[in-house]
Amino acid sequence: MPCRKCKEEPVIKLPNSEVSLCKSCFYKYFEKKVFKTIRDYNLIEKGDHIGVAVSGGKDSTSVLSLINEFAKERRDVKVTAIAVDEGIKGYRDESLANLKRFCEKEKIELHIFSYKEAFGKELDTIVKKFPRPCSICGVFRRYLLNTGAKKLKCTKLATGHNLDDEAQSIMMNQFRRNVKVSARLGPITGVLKNKDFIPRIKPLYFLMEKEVATYAFLKGFIDKYSECPHTSASYRGNVRDFLYDFEAKFPGTKHNIVLSFLEVLPLLKKNEEYKGSLNYCEICAEPCSQKVCQACKYVETVVKQI
Amino acid sequence: MRVFIERSNEYKEVKAISVKELLIHLKLNPTAVLVVKNGVLVTEDAPLKEADEVKILSVISGG
Repeated sequence: MPCRKCKEEPVIKLPNSEVSLCKSCFYKYFEKKVFKTIRDYNLIEKGDHIGVAVSGGKDSTSVLSLINEFAKERRDVKVTAIAVDEGIKGYRDESLANLKRFCEKEKIELHIFSYKEAFGKELDTIVKKFPRPCSICGVFRRYLLNTGAKKLKCTKLATGHNLDDEAQSIMMNQFRRNVKVSARLGPITGVLKNKDFIPRIKPLYFLMEKEVATYAFLKGFIDKYSECPHTSASYRGNVRDFLYDFEAKFPGTKHNIVLSFLEVLPLLKKNEEYKGSLNYCEICAEPCSQKVCQACKYVETVVKQI
Repeated sequence: MRVFIERSNEYKEVKAISVKELLIHLKLNPTAVLVVKNGVLVTEDAPLKEADEVKILSVISGG
């Protein structure tokens, strides 16, 4: 079946659809969807300095490339790449090398913050004592991205989260009865507006993982797709696999999960109970909901025990 | 034909006349993979010949 638009050889059959597109029509489809998300949700505003959270992987490199293209048309928008080095040998070192090459080629300023420098240990060391480190890693990564973005005076932090990621998060929160956390999801995250919280934007929000992988492959951003070696045993890994299997049997499920969620998100955000109270960590002075932030708690209870 | 499966880093010998048939044979989810035939990305509808070089990439990446 040739490309639906121009009859050239197709490179992708769009998810949940019989529409096949060639490379050039797919680029147009993908980029149009990203720029529409940016417009519809006002993700990038006048004068924004966008910190793009990057790892060198398919999602973040794609979003960095597109935001960089967007900023070239808008002189008032600045772009900086922010990476976190968790210290995962054979995975992060390779993707960061890829990232450095990309940023050099595109002349994008890149800043890297590491677990070793910030918290004292690499993830490969932490995982020897705590074999399911995803919760710890997530807290540490978000901490470094938030503090890094503030240090660099970013007004927004863009991430490469795609529709699959969002569907997984929504379902994880449902399964764990964690609706309060879902209030922070969406194409632009956050419940409380505060100068110490940099809003996060997700330009790839409505694109599926396969679509992003296809874009990154065709653009030559990466030549291999690797998974964090600590992921598959995680709760998210299980939810991810379940959703992939379910989607294969019932196409459109992931889209429906996200679209249904977006209908109730405004109600969740209005709920005062979900806003929580804002405190400042007694140890690092970062904003948090308790006396000590989760990152500092993990440093005390996990890192210092190793 | 010889098929390289990146996720498991292995080669397999498979007989299939289309990408769709290949993925069914290998029990792979079409929404979770990219299929590269002779260096070019193809869809599930693409035909396959014995002499084709096929690589299967998992789209699931990151952490």
